[in-house]
Amino acid sequence: MDAEISLRVDGEAHRLTVDTRTTLLDALRERLGNTSPKKGCDHGQCGACTVLLDGERALTCLALAVAYDGAEVVTADGLAADGELHPVQQAFLDRDAFQCGYCTPGQVCSAVGVLDEVRRGWPSHASPDLTGDPELSHDEVAERMSGNICRCAAYVNIVPAVQQAGGQAS
Amino acid sequence: MTELVEPRAMGRALVRRDGVQKVRGTATYAVDTPVDLPAYCHPVQATIARGRVTAMDTTDAEAVDGVLAVLTPFDAERLASTEDAEYAVLQSDEVAFRGQLIGVVIAETSEVAREAADRVRVSYAGQPHDTELSADRDDLYAPGQVNAGHETDTAEGDVAAAMAAAAVTVEQTYETAMYHNNPLEPHATTALWDAAGDGFLTLWDSTQGVHPDRAAVCQVFGLAEGQVQVICPYVGGGFGSKGTPHANVMLTAMAARALPGRAVRLALTRQQMFFLAGYRTPTIQQVQLAADRDGRLSAIAIDVVEQTSKIKEFAEQTGVPARMMYASPSRRTTHRLAALDVPVPSWMRAPGECPGMFGPEVAMDELAEALAIDPIELRIRNEPEVDPETGKPWSSRHLVECLREGAERFGWAGRGPRGHRDGDWLVGTGVAASVYPTLRQATSTATIRFAGGRYVVEIGAADLGTGSWTILPQIAADALGVDVADVDARIGDTRHPVASVAGGSSGTNTWGSAIVQAAREFRGTFGTDPHDGAEASGDVDQAAQDEDHAAYAFGAQFVEARVHADTGEVRVPRLLGVFAVGRVINPRTARSQFIGGMTMGLSMALHENSVFDTRIGQVANHDLAEYHVVSNADVDAVEAYWLDEHDPYVNAMGSKGIGEIGIVGTAAAVSNAVHHATGVRVRSLPITLDKLLPALP
Amino acid sequence: MKPFAFARPADVAEAVRTVAADPAAVFLAGGTNLVDHLKLGVATPDVVVDVRRLTSREIADTADGGLRMGAAVTNSELAADRRVRERYPVLAQALLAGASGQLRNAATTGGNPLQRTRCVYFSDVTTPCNKREPGSGCSAIGGYTRYHAVLGVPPTPPGPTAPDTCIATHPSDMAVALAALDAQVQVLGPHGERTIPFVELHRLPDGDPSRDTVLEHGDLITAIDLPALPLAVNSQYRKVRDRASYAFALVSVAAALEVADGVVRDVRIALGGVAHKPWRATAAEEALRGAPATEESYRAAAAAELAGAVPQPGIDDGNAFKIPLVGRTLIAVLRDLTPSEA
Repeated sequence: MDAEISLRVDGEAHRLTVDTRTTLLDALRERLGNTSPKKGCDHGQCGACTVLLDGERALTCLALAVAYDGAEVVTADGLAADGELHPVQQAFLDRDAFQCGYCTPGQVCSAVGVLDEVRRGWPSHASPDLTGDPELSHDEVAERMSGNICRCAAYVNIVPAVQQAGGQAS
Repeated sequence: MTELVEPRAMGRALVRRDGVQKVRGTATYAVDTPVDLPAYCHPVQATIARGRVTAMDTTDAEAVDGVLAVLTPFDAERLASTEDAEYAVLQSDEVAFRGQLIGVVIAETSEVAREAADRVRVSYAGQPHDTELSADRDDLYAPGQVNAGHETDTAEGDVAAAMAAAAVTVEQTYETAMYHNNPLEPHATTALWDAAGDGFLTLWDSTQGVHPDRAAVCQVFGLAEGQVQVICPYVGGGFGSKGTPHANVMLTAMAARALPGRAVRLALTRQQMFFLAGYRTPTIQQVQLAADRDGRLSAIAIDVVEQTSKIKEFAEQTGVPARMMYASPSRRTTHRLAALDVPVPSWMRAPGECPGMFGPEVAMDELAEALAIDPIELRIRNEPEVDPETGKPWSSRHLVECLREGAERFGWAGRGPRGHRDGDWLVGTGVAASVYPTLRQATSTATIRFAGGRYVVEIGAADLGTGSWTILPQIAADALGVDVADVDARIGDTRHPVASVAGGSSGTNTWGSAIVQAAREFRGTFGTDPHDGAEASGDVDQAAQDEDHAAYAFGAQFVEARVHADTGEVRVPRLLGVFAVGRVINPRTARSQFIGGMTMGLSMALHENSVFDTRIGQVANHDLAEYHVVSNADVDAVEAYWLDEHDPYVNAMGSKGIGEIGIVGTAAAVSNAVHHATGVRVRSLPITLDKLLPALP
Repeated sequence: MKPFAFARPADVAEAVRTVAADPAAVFLAGGTNLVDHLKLGVATPDVVVDVRRLTSREIADTADGGLRMGAAVTNSELAADRRVRERYPVLAQALLAGASGQLRNAATTGGNPLQRTRCVYFSDVTTPCNKREPGSGCSAIGGYTRYHAVLGVPPTPPGPTAPDTCIATHPSDMAVALAALDAQVQVLGPHGERTIPFVELHRLPDGDPSRDTVLEHGDLITAIDLPALPLAVNSQYRKVRDRASYAFALVSVAAALEVADGVVRDVRIALGGVAHKPWRATAAEEALRGAPATEESYRAAAAAELAGAVPQPGIDDGNAFKIPLVGRTLIAVLRDLTPSEA
């Protein structure tokens, strides 16, 4: 069954028809031709499809597009919409925080979300004190980025990249 | 001796040339390829492990609005060659393993394709299946050879006599689990069949080698090479599983031929990859070591039992590293296979060396413990002067230096026989050696053209995150004697000159040698002031090939493991590796390969395990929620160093392969560290808390 | 995936009416579990009714000093709430131990406790499963039982082909904390509103493993209430898993402990990963109340709770290890929660 929805993707407004079964990921990739978010598992088990959805990091493979009518989506490509890399993207380049690059757009979007969540004072499983303000320590970043699997295993470069982008040199 | 290229660009930590596209997500992987109006495929898989498909009712599937075609074994085109049974998709009604491809739906959208595939009704005549690997089976057989053309069995001296006479022996069984490569990009293909003339097939396929991929497709479909183009500029990881095409590639090509003029896409789901994309066989390794009181080995033996599929043999060369690693007068290696009703095993990062350095390197630790000798010292005492297998001198062998430098950097000195307790954690350290052969493939050609003031290198090479886009220009620049900024690379397309598979850590050796050859040809023909359009080619088989030395990369890996005293949870806060790999072309991408390999080794040690349910004949945990690969939080410090090694024999760059050695030995080092922490010797991977719990305080 | 209609009702009452009227209708909130199951063919609804924007997204103080958590509050928001972090740390910790940041941003207070088991056979529609397809048999018996139950299962399981056998576990971390905290579930159903104690929300297989909870078709969780529970200030969630993050629990322990003068005054304990439902450890609690706050008491309490535990044989030696594991974890948590002067 089809449904018509609106999405704002990387700053551009779209009106599109989707199957009610179409996920946000497939709407972006197969309807709008935005292949920046990747399909690694399609079941919320890898993080490669992460985008910023209404400002928060989200898995597009587990979101039905029809349920997000009117949403604002920013993909990794959109983070560099004006041609200049986002500080997180620059840090990933600087730290060689990827190899094959397939998980990278999701890692980048996730990292942008992480930095925002830390700024808002959200705790994590790695926070030594639940009631304190979190810092961008190795353990904090690693835990918060754990929803993004990197099979090339660039983790030890991803963590300092996120710290660098968060203004915390390491 | 090979004439070495003077390094100027080589050795520099240049940023990846494909980096900007990758951090933006604009690098186009196989299913990202923009094509007009693609159709989408969804496969149908067998749900029995052995038997026959007696009927497939596709009525409901075809009735779904948007379905373009449904192919089954009963109506699919007949392939030109079914010699390779893995590739013989939809050619017979026989089911050889659960999850086998038995059909495909092609539809206007991915949602419709999936729904229709679910609506295909299949009837089977099932037969009892046999999927249980065991060393006790009475039908184990010796394959004709094992992977990479190695001998199945080797023997010298008398192991039994040495074991009987030795002051100290170790005799244990070690097991590695079944592993799935799980590159993050699923195996995927976009295919377009242009029916005009004799027909032309374009495949945007996720592959570690566009030319070998094309060769397989041409054989299966009876096409000439000129009728097929394979394009793959970016590969979302492979780790061996994309080193040879799997059945999904043939199915996509078949689907494209059923829908001429229309591009079709097929991406395996993550779940399907556990049936169709290859895997590393589980191994059972019976290891024997005999030594005198000083730790000098008198015997090394490894008898390996592993599995293959009944339809296609793949024999992992697990016993091979034991043939050359340490000096010993008596030595035996054997491989025996069980042929089962299981999916086809294949390459996974460091086939042979990766599992084959688990048992023996844990056994060496057990021997060191029995002798009360430091495990590093034990290895040094058994350092062979020449290759024990061939008697050839080493091109370079700096294992001892790796062990010593690693010990220094890690802080090994003063390590006692047992670890210590730090709060709730039992802490231990361990070491193991790494090795990987320096391989060069027979075929590869590079072309260098001077155009518009720039040098363009063309070769059908692959970059699966390994850095080829970046390092091939570095090699070309130095071979040409120009600034690397003036060199462009074109790879990942069969329109470029033929290139070998990115496998066996042979890419740089092979393609780099061809590039150096092309550069020398170019300079020899056109001098230093070439005209626009000047072009020259070079083949790897023209490059000097040393036959007189045994060429291997070596390494030493150090691990700190912490085991929670209450729960047995294992954490590894520190991995440190020192490697001797010849010249490193790009320290930035090389370091990523080392730490990536080591971390994947950690993943193998602690997490990865394809749990095979022999009752139904499939991997039970066939997704990424249940098949755990290491996550960011499992990793803390991973340090990789390399020696300033100059190997004058291997190639003109002086470089050995680096893509695989990082995963070799890691799991043994972790197991050895866990033993140091807890006293528990885990000989069967993965090292999970249930194996430690009974021994905790 | 089967086609379905998508409905976005104007309010919760309409949502409940819509689902109640159609046996093949389901609610959709964060979608992290339902969309997964739609793709797997585990869920095959005709109508998906979106309630994500209908229920409350507020965390409100209640008159009795507790909190009312609207069903649409995300797991991330709930874990970040100052009141939860300070007054119910066990809940914040449980939430943060679950899934990943992205999933917690989508998963909701109402949806999380209703997530279904991670039993690999439940998720695979090509294998028999009594929970997914009642009467088809249980593939987990004698199979891959690492993540399966040891509590609340019959001492002698009736065998894989028995129509009501199920040894699945409930996978939610949040639910384990809520079970320990005496939470109350606010439900709007076809017949009006009602309140269900959280510990009574989930059920044992008891003849019908297809039902995870006591909710009837059309029942919608609108909020979950936490009572004022001063001892919860001293509470902890400990999750033991095969990966350091982004993995389901092998076992977990949620506990709150009040000790005075070296004696356990009050305690709440729930266990995860060990049963078909979040397991409120009443036997352990009873053994502890009034007992000295010592390692010996904790051992005895764990032993009391686990006396009826039944290991499940299976691949790789089955799951017998979970019995000592959960006992040791419980003892460690209680030890951690014991004031140092005690």
